[in-house]
Amino acid sequence: MTKTIRIGAGAAWWGDRVEPAQLNAERGELDYLCFETMAEATVSAAQVRARRDPTFEGYDTYLDDRMRAVLPACMRQGTKIVSNQGWINPDAAAKRIVHWLRELGHTGVKVASVNGSMITDRVLQLTDRILENGQPTSTLKPTLISAEAYLGAEPIVEALRAGAQIVVTGRVADPSIFMAPMMFEFGWDPLDHVRLGQGMGLGHLMECGAQVTGGYFSDPGFKDVPEPWNFAFPIVEVEADGSAVLTKVAGTGGAVTLQTVKEQMLYEVHDPANYLTPDVVVDFTQARLEQIGPDRVRVTQIGGKPRTPTLKVSIGCTEGFIGEDMFFYAGPGALRRAQLAKKILEERFRIVGLQAEEIRIDFLGLNAIHGAATPADAPEPYEIAVRVAARTATREEAIKVGREVDGMAVSGIGHTGKRVPHAERTREVIGVWSALVPREQVPASVHYFES
Amino acid sequence: MKVLLQHIAHARSGDKGDTSNIAVFAYAPEFYPLLKAQLTAKRFKDFYAGAIRGEVLRYEVDNLEAMNFVCHGALGGGVSRSLCLDNYGKALSAAILGFEIDVPDQLRPLLRGAHLLAA
Repeated sequence: MTKTIRIGAGAAWWGDRVEPAQLNAERGELDYLCFETMAEATVSAAQVRARRDPTFEGYDTYLDDRMRAVLPACMRQGTKIVSNQGWINPDAAAKRIVHWLRELGHTGVKVASVNGSMITDRVLQLTDRILENGQPTSTLKPTLISAEAYLGAEPIVEALRAGAQIVVTGRVADPSIFMAPMMFEFGWDPLDHVRLGQGMGLGHLMECGAQVTGGYFSDPGFKDVPEPWNFAFPIVEVEADGSAVLTKVAGTGGAVTLQTVKEQMLYEVHDPANYLTPDVVVDFTQARLEQIGPDRVRVTQIGGKPRTPTLKVSIGCTEGFIGEDMFFYAGPGALRRAQLAKKILEERFRIVGLQAEEIRIDFLGLNAIHGAATPADAPEPYEIAVRVAARTATREEAIKVGREVDGMAVSGIGHTGKRVPHAERTREVIGVWSALVPREQVPASVHYFES
Repeated sequence: MKVLLQHIAHARSGDKGDTSNIAVFAYAPEFYPLLKAQLTAKRFKDFYAGAIRGEVLRYEVDNLEAMNFVCHGALGGGVSRSLCLDNYGKALSAAILGFEIDVPDQLRPLLRGAHLLAA
């Protein structure tokens, strides 16, 4: 009988639900449970927080919740875990996992941390141009917070070969987290671009969790899925040649259909024939999808081309502040009052000399989401929020936005609704830029811990 | 007959920096040629006039009966610095569902959300 491995998703982003991860651990009959918890700006935001908050450990702030939810079932069933919850401190995350293993009475479990993605101190020497605007990366020197390269699957495979049951990483490419177990179990060569293309394509389908099992999908009357309050995270059953079936735990909400899989296949993809990853260039344009049963989609023939000689680097920089707030109108004439409010704010910003790189005043309910693309004949809504935001160089300037919205309370116009007390109205902007680095310049290192 | 795109296709948007990719998927194979012929990159960009400031590239993905529109300058300078409330552009893909498209009458039985169409 051909060997099949079952890989389940445990998270698609930092704020994701924990209960579907526990469900996959308990009822997914998994060989591997994989967590993706990092967004583009996660590392930079973590760096900023670490500077200000000495108690911040530098790893996923939900690490405890997630591990306590899944470790009992994973240890009982021999399910291995691969996770990028290490953020800027994979060693600390690994030690924390060891702590929970001991608490639960599991000793002798090997936990590995994958390090090496952080290249903040070397990035300006190692990289040349900013991909987005062609400028030299040296222009980022005054505002640089952090830089990290997107590592591939190889260091995770190394850790699994060394007997790690749990591998926790810093920045690696999201789909690599899911492909590493396939490479390890089936002995795929890192340069076997045909198999890695299929494997990485599967990783891409898994990395956004419920987005392939019915999440970010429903549209009532057009695209309905059962019980959209009860989604499961996906499971992929992979064979040695990379052929696979995407599915989920039975009895849960959502669906795995050609439509959910197609939407996820192109999610965040630019050229579908050349999806660049550290491990391989993926080609989705020959992929075959087949619904072979309820909530079972067979995925084959995702193509692969040899990997590029470079790795992508994300560079986080301080880029000032955003000040924002909103207030409300309703009833007949809501729009005309909102329009006068906008005029008042514009005049007030001039009077108080707001120094802003960009100011945006929208009517939430009418044009705050699609902006200039809002149809000219869109109907006037019954309720409108006036939402104002400005990007500024300093926090002092950003604060002016909220202060002028305060003025709208008693010095504004009739029927103005306002939130008091209000939430935090300024935030720091961390801009993220990209560059390329020769892959041999970013060696990974794997550390081992034992419970 | 003219219908809104939502009756023949579904869509999903994704973000990378200041670029949004909006993928449009035919509900039935019969609709895919209509999408290809009528939803050109230029019409797509015109539909989002003002909201997409850069180039729009269209990739045809025949095996998925889908087209991927890669929209540069669509996310207010980038997810982190955007002043848009929907800074990831997650809801951006919904706008194209309002694009008007010409569908042969004989395909009417295949339309999604037919309850919303005039008899």
